[in-house]
Amino acid sequence: MQSSIVAEIRQILSDHARLPIDIHAISDSDDLYDAGMTSHASVNVMLALEEAFDLEIPDSMLTRSVFATINNIHVALSQLRQAAAA
Amino acid sequence: MNIVPARQAFSRSGSHACDSIFLEEVREIAADVAAKHATDVDINARFPSESIDALKRTGALSAFLSPELGGRGVSFAAIADACRELGQQCGATAMVFAMHQIQVVTLARHAAAQPFFGEYLRRLAAEQRLIASVTSEVGTGGDMGSSVASVNPTESGLSFCKQAPTVSYGGHADDLLTTVRRAPDAPAGDQVLVLTHREQHTLEQQGTWDPLGMRGTCSPGFVVSASFPAEQVVAEPFSTISPQSMVPVSHILWANLWLGIGTAAFERARSFVRAAAKRTPGTVPPAAAKLSQLMAELQLLRGEVRAGLAEYVEHFDDPDWLMTVGAALRFNNLKIASSEQVSRICQGAMAVAGIMGFKNDSPFAVGRHLRDSMSACLMIANDRIHATNAGLLLVAKDI
Repeated sequence: MQSSIVAEIRQILSDHARLPIDIHAISDSDDLYDAGMTSHASVNVMLALEEAFDLEIPDSMLTRSVFATINNIHVALSQLRQAAAA
Repeated sequence: MNIVPARQAFSRSGSHACDSIFLEEVREIAADVAAKHATDVDINARFPSESIDALKRTGALSAFLSPELGGRGVSFAAIADACRELGQQCGATAMVFAMHQIQVVTLARHAAAQPFFGEYLRRLAAEQRLIASVTSEVGTGGDMGSSVASVNPTESGLSFCKQAPTVSYGGHADDLLTTVRRAPDAPAGDQVLVLTHREQHTLEQQGTWDPLGMRGTCSPGFVVSASFPAEQVVAEPFSTISPQSMVPVSHILWANLWLGIGTAAFERARSFVRAAAKRTPGTVPPAAAKLSQLMAELQLLRGEVRAGLAEYVEHFDDPDWLMTVGAALRFNNLKIASSEQVSRICQGAMAVAGIMGFKNDSPFAVGRHLRDSMSACLMIANDRIHATNAGLLLVAKDI
C-alpha cells in the first residue's frame, strides 16, 4: 500500500540521510536539504532506494529536486515502478 | 529554478563579429602587454596590473554582459578563448581574468533580475570593477558546497566573518563574491552568495604568498569580515547556482587557460627544434621525434577542452541537464583531465628543449610554464574531486 512505501522511504532516510533530527519530526513535504541532508548523503539515499525497491533511477531523475522531499521521492519511485511493471 | 534572467543580462550568442573583434583585442594585449611583464610578474609574485589595466581599457572585464548593461555581448565561448590567449603569454593574467569572469557569468546568469545586482553589473561595466571569489574556507576540507561561516543579522543589516585559506588577488579586487551559510542556524550545505564592495569588507591577510607557480595571482589566505545590506545577497540558492554555472564555468575557463599555457610550452619546444634543424640542414633533429609525441599530448588536451566547452554551450539554457549527476561528472572530469595533462605537456616541452628549456634566461625557457601548470592539480585538489566523482559514480547510469 501507499503508506508502506512512504514508511520504507522514511526508514531509508533515517538510515542513510544523516539527518541531525529524528525522521518523525520531518513531514512528507519538508525540504530534506534544509533539514541537513548533504549531497553526499543523498547519494547514499539514492543507492539505498535502488537496492530496497530493486530499481534503477535514471540519470535524468538523479537531480537535487527529486530527492528534496519525501513526497518527491515517493512520486519518482511510483513513476519508476509503473514503468517497470508496464 | 530557471537560469533565464527577467532582464537580458547577456547575449544568448555573441555575434561572430563582436567575438572576433574582442578576441583580436585580447590577443594584442596578451602579446604586447602580458608577455612583456610575465617574467617580472612571476619573479616578484606581483599582480599583473599592466595587463589587467589594458584589459579594463578595452572593456574586457564586462565583455560577457549585454550591451544593455554596458557590456560587449560577447559569447561565453569567446570568453573561454580569451582565457586561452592570455594563458599563452602569462598564466597569472589569464587566471585573474578567468576568476573574475566566473563571478561575472555567474551573476549575469542568476542574479541580474534582482534590482541591486542589475545595477551592480552596470556599475561593473562602467567602472571595469574587478571581482574576487571567496569560496574556499578553513574547516571544510575543500568542499565548496559546505560553509562554516554564516550570514548574521546585525543592527544595521547583515554581516559575515569567513576564514578563507586562499583568495585569488583578494587584495586587488574592488568587490568580493563570497559563499556563506544562509543564516546562523542553516545547515552547512544551505549556502548563499554575497557581494560586498571594498568599503564594506576588510581583508586580514593570513601568512605569505610565495608559491612555486601562478605567483602573480597574489592568493594568500584572508580572514574576510563584511557588513552589508540584505539586498546584496543573491536570492537563488548556491546549491543550484553551483552546478548550473559556478562549477562548469570555473572548470572550463581554467581548462582553457591551462591549454594556453601548454600551447605556449609546446611552441617554445617547437621553436627550439626548428632552430636546431636550421643548424643541421638535411637532418631531422632527434628532438623532433619527441616533439611529435608532445604534439599528440597537446592534441588530447585541446580535444578535451573543446569538448567540455561545447557540451556546456549546448546545455547553457538547460538547467535540468546541468543539475544531473552526469553533468557534474562531465565537468569534474574536464578539470581532472586538463589539470593533469597540462603539467605533462610542460614537462614534455622541457624534455624536448633540454637545458635551453631549463634555463630561465633562454628564448626557449619553459620553467614558468611548468611551474604555473603545477597549480592546476591543486586548485581544487584532484583527490577531492575524485572522491566526489567516486560517490556520484555509484548512482550514475549513462556516462
